Amino acid sequence: MEFNHYILVCGGTGCESSKADDIYRNLLKECEAQGVKDSVQVVKTGCFGFCEQGPIVKILPEESFYVQVKPDDARELIAEHIVKGRQVERLLYDQEKTRRLTGIEDIQFYQKQLRVVLRNCGVINPENIDEYIAREGYAALEKAIFEMTPDEVVEELKTSGLRGRGGAGFPTWMKWKFTKQVQEEEKYIVCNADEGDPGAYMDRSTLEGDPHNVLEAMAIAGHTVGAKQGYIYIRAEYPLAINRLNKAIEQALDYGLLGENILGSDFSFNIELRLGAGAFVCGEETALLASVEGERGMPRPRPPFPAVKGLWNKPTVINNVETWANIPVILLRGANWFSNIGTDKSKGTKVFALTGKINNSGLVEVPMGTPLRDIINDIGGGIKDGKAFKAVQTGGPSGGVITSEFLDTPIDYEHLQELGSIMGSGGMIVMDEDDCMVDVAKFYLGFTVDESCGKCAPCRVGGRKLLNILERISKGQGSRQDLQKLKDIGEAMKRAALCGLGQTAPNPILSTMKYFEDEYLEHIDEQYCRAGKCKELVTYTINPENCIGCGICARRCPVNAISGEKRQPHEIDQALCIKCGECYNACKFDAVIVK
Amino acid sequence: MAKLSLEELRKLRDEKRYELDKRETENKDTEIIVGMGTCGIAAGAKEAMQAFIEELNDQGLSNVAVKQTGCMGLCYSEPTVEVHLPGMPDIIYGDVDPETAKKIVRKHIMGKTLVNDHIYDRPAADIVKKD
Ligand SMILES: Cc1cc2nc3c(=O)[nH]c(=O)nc-3n(C[C@H](O)[C@H](O)[C@H](O)COP(=O)(O)O)c2cc1C
Repeated sequence: MEFNHYILVCGGTGCESSKADDIYRNLLKECEAQGVKDSVQVVKTGCFGFCEQGPIVKILPEESFYVQVKPDDARELIAEHIVKGRQVERLLYDQEKTRRLTGIEDIQFYQKQLRVVLRNCGVINPENIDEYIAREGYAALEKAIFEMTPDEVVEELKTSGLRGRGGAGFPTWMKWKFTKQVQEEEKYIVCNADEGDPGAYMDRSTLEGDPHNVLEAMAIAGHTVGAKQGYIYIRAEYPLAINRLNKAIEQALDYGLLGENILGSDFSFNIELRLGAGAFVCGEETALLASVEGERGMPRPRPPFPAVKGLWNKPTVINNVETWANIPVILLRGANWFSNIGTDKSKGTKVFALTGKINNSGLVEVPMGTPLRDIINDIGGGIKDGKAFKAVQTGGPSGGVITSEFLDTPIDYEHLQELGSIMGSGGMIVMDEDDCMVDVAKFYLGFTVDESCGKCAPCRVGGRKLLNILERISKGQGSRQDLQKLKDIGEAMKRAALCGLGQTAPNPILSTMKYFEDEYLEHIDEQYCRAGKCKELVTYTINPENCIGCGICARRCPVNAISGEKRQPHEIDQALCIKCGECYNACKFDAVIVK
Repeated sequence: MAKLSLEELRKLRDEKRYELDKRETENKDTEIIVGMGTCGIAAGAKEAMQAFIEELNDQGLSNVAVKQTGCMGLCYSEPTVEVHLPGMPDIIYGDVDPETAKKIVRKHIMGKTLVNDHIYDRPAADIVKKD
């Protein structure tokens, strides 16, 4: 039996709660009643990532996209669309109404995502160069070698407005131009694939899914600035990406798209990998270059900038993976196409790794300027388990939190900075009511203190001092003066630290203090942690009224702190309890209380 | 393969583009494309791939190619798998464990019926195809 139509009903959490189930049943009923049961299959699907317009019904093969469908609409959908073959205009998603202010014609589709960097990820086989070539692969390199002058390439990048995706947002064309201008025989191209932010995996996925894209871009840069050698600095913890890069380099050499006399021209370019050992500071460009040279990975003061004096003191273009991944498509589709996407000063798209307390965690690529709300509610499908949104951390350990009142802020370099956070590389960690802001700040600071290279005192000493104070506060032993100290030390580090690691390390503290001062004060004045995260401030007890004596908690307790007779209320020995929360999670009768 | 000249690269691109396009048309071959990024593999993409291969063998289906690709971005629903089958719309399945993989072969490929509760959608339109 073959079906003529497939009706897909979104079964994501968002749509479920708005009656997707009833719609599904009514559609089945109507198919039966209107006699089309045998030619239509109705299926429930996973989240379509457009929850704001839910419940969503999609009909194949026409790809008709119906939004805000009600259970009562089932009859009309079947009668009109299936039986008479006419789309139900009233329910179709209206592209015009929600067209972005930037008016990109390319979003003909309903989703809020636009895949420029990730255009080939999940589409082609990354281990097969032919599939990359089939999707306009190496056509930009062709253009750069045979149709454009190096100056035109730089000009094109300038017009495109592309800025570095590694964190700071420096205009890419400027770096290239500086390196191009220097008269030197030897120059280098470097790809920063160190990706050290906790929770970030955009660069890893890009390299795993589309390695040739980055190789092509680096070759274009080599031709433009006059370099013959490129290095990809990638962390050794990314074995799959390393493997695919190695295969890709081999295939490109085989085809003569890397190596001597590329495509018969007089341009030659080679790329080698350099593996990093996973130190966060080695993502900082000067430390990275030191590491490639075989030195200990420590930053040095800038200027001179790598563009002028980089690897082995030679002019070096260093860009982040995602920055590289934008370049071929800019040359192919044109700078104007690219600069039409995004906001005034931030062009193109940004890839985010959406993680934390969110339903649809994953890689997300959206035009710059997309409000955070769209990312969290529509693409991310909202907060897990129906909990309340508290904040989202962008920029990892160098960034800060954004709270619910700012959810409509368009995301770009400038706006995030205004809010006291940064774009960073694109990690986006969503937090809910169960997260304690003091604890979050402590986590990030613990990370930067661990990862500080120790070269400059502001970072080495200041970071440790900040962490000590935070630990005190989280134990309920802090004082109000501590808040001032956090600010003073933080501001001093921002000004005095040698590299970005130390300069930005206080950001998570300063930003959580700014938006959640009340939580800090609760820890200090009342020894109270509302999220129940700061272990020294909570006690777990059992409410004898609710406890039925099933004994699950006692079996789960890793330190045997819970005792009691079968079918009798149990008790927790506070002297033994390590406050791990296992009993709380295990109890099905809400008998364990956290205070 | 010898090194390509500019003309050869262009020719190769046209050929391969034609092959990719052919997938989209009616007499395309049946393909199962498994997302093999770190996220997919961690969630069990290798097991799913194995299950597809075994089930295809068991059912004696020799005209189905099992291929791999990178991360599509739907990490919460890994392993993800895309199925191209002549006469059916292209479908993306998520949360494909070995059991579901077998179901996809039996229901989707052999029975031309979609498998409930596992269908997802591509997160964005394709900017390469649209022109
Ligand atoms: C502590 C620290 C860590 C960094 N880690 C990374 C990283 O993992 N990946 C990255 O691309 N850039 C990282 N950067 C930014 C780089 O120093 C540099 O700005 C970037 O490679 C420039 O590329 P772009 O212009 O393409 O963004 C880091 C910076 C600092 C201060």
